[in-house]
Amino acid sequence: MDIQLKRGLLDVCVLTAIKNEDSYGYKIIKDMKPYIEMSESTLYTILKRLEIANMLTVRSVEHGGRLRKYYHITDAGLARIEDFKNEWREVMSIYQFVTREDEHNDQA
Amino acid sequence: MTKLEFVLELNDRLSGLPSDEIEECIGFYVEMIEDGVEDGISEEEAVARIGKIDEIVDQIIAGIPFTKIAKEKIKPKRRLRAWEIVLLAVGSPLWITLGAVAFAVLLVLYAVLWTLVAVAWSVFAVFTACAPAGIFFGVLCFTQGRPFVALFAIGAGIVLVGLAIFAFFGCVAATKGCAVLTKKIAIGIKKCFVGKETKNG
Repeated sequence: MDIQLKRGLLDVCVLTAIKNEDSYGYKIIKDMKPYIEMSESTLYTILKRLEIANMLTVRSVEHGGRLRKYYHITDAGLARIEDFKNEWREVMSIYQFVTREDEHNDQA
Repeated sequence: MTKLEFVLELNDRLSGLPSDEIEECIGFYVEMIEDGVEDGISEEEAVARIGKIDEIVDQIIAGIPFTKIAKEKIKPKRRLRAWEIVLLAVGSPLWITLGAVAFAVLLVLYAVLWTLVAVAWSVFAVFTACAPAGIFFGVLCFTQGRPFVALFAIGAGIVLVGLAIFAFFGCVAATKGCAVLTKKIAIGIKKCFVGKETKNG
């Protein structure tokens, strides 16, 4: 898969993982695991990038005698998810066109 | 590898980066290990899941601007003594010149690399422009009753179409390769500034 495309997809996946409720690193990876494998080091760079882009905010919460960082999605992050959905509607219609052409060729 | 060993090695490999970056990074991985242990896996397994330290270091370095790394490196760790300032000032014609030359050489090499890519795209553009021109000229010669010239021109045009197609894929590959090389060079240069402090004492 194209690196830029994969990068964009992973960004949206991470934003989606914190969309409904604030989450932390370990849980984000665990929640995403059935859909996409992501290493801890990749997640770290994505979270940093999204934080710099103001798509999420970070807060530390005490948990079991230590601090755990929770990530909260911002309006810009939610807008990014919506943009992704709109972009992919177009991509999916192109995909359907391409696969339909393949089916036609197979039948011929 | 235990959590402590992992933290010590990561700290060592990241030395030279701004301290807040190191602290934030180590904090993130410690949290991941502790959450893993809390989830029921052993400490060693949690560390192993994180992956190779080389990859972690590469990704972190790639995400930090070079200027930030260089600034941290040249920032004096203590107040300079008078004789050190004098030495720096006296030697400045030499070290500034050497630094400027090294920078210029790197810049020229980089420019040459991208110039080669630009030349490749120019060749592709020439092939693309000449191919239809040759075919058109051939057709024109046919209408003027010069069949041998026409055949030669059309043949040359078709060969140019083939060359243009090959050149296109070559140019795309060269551009991608150059971009990857640029990224690797950038990480390599940044790495020269990172992770040596503790080893040098």
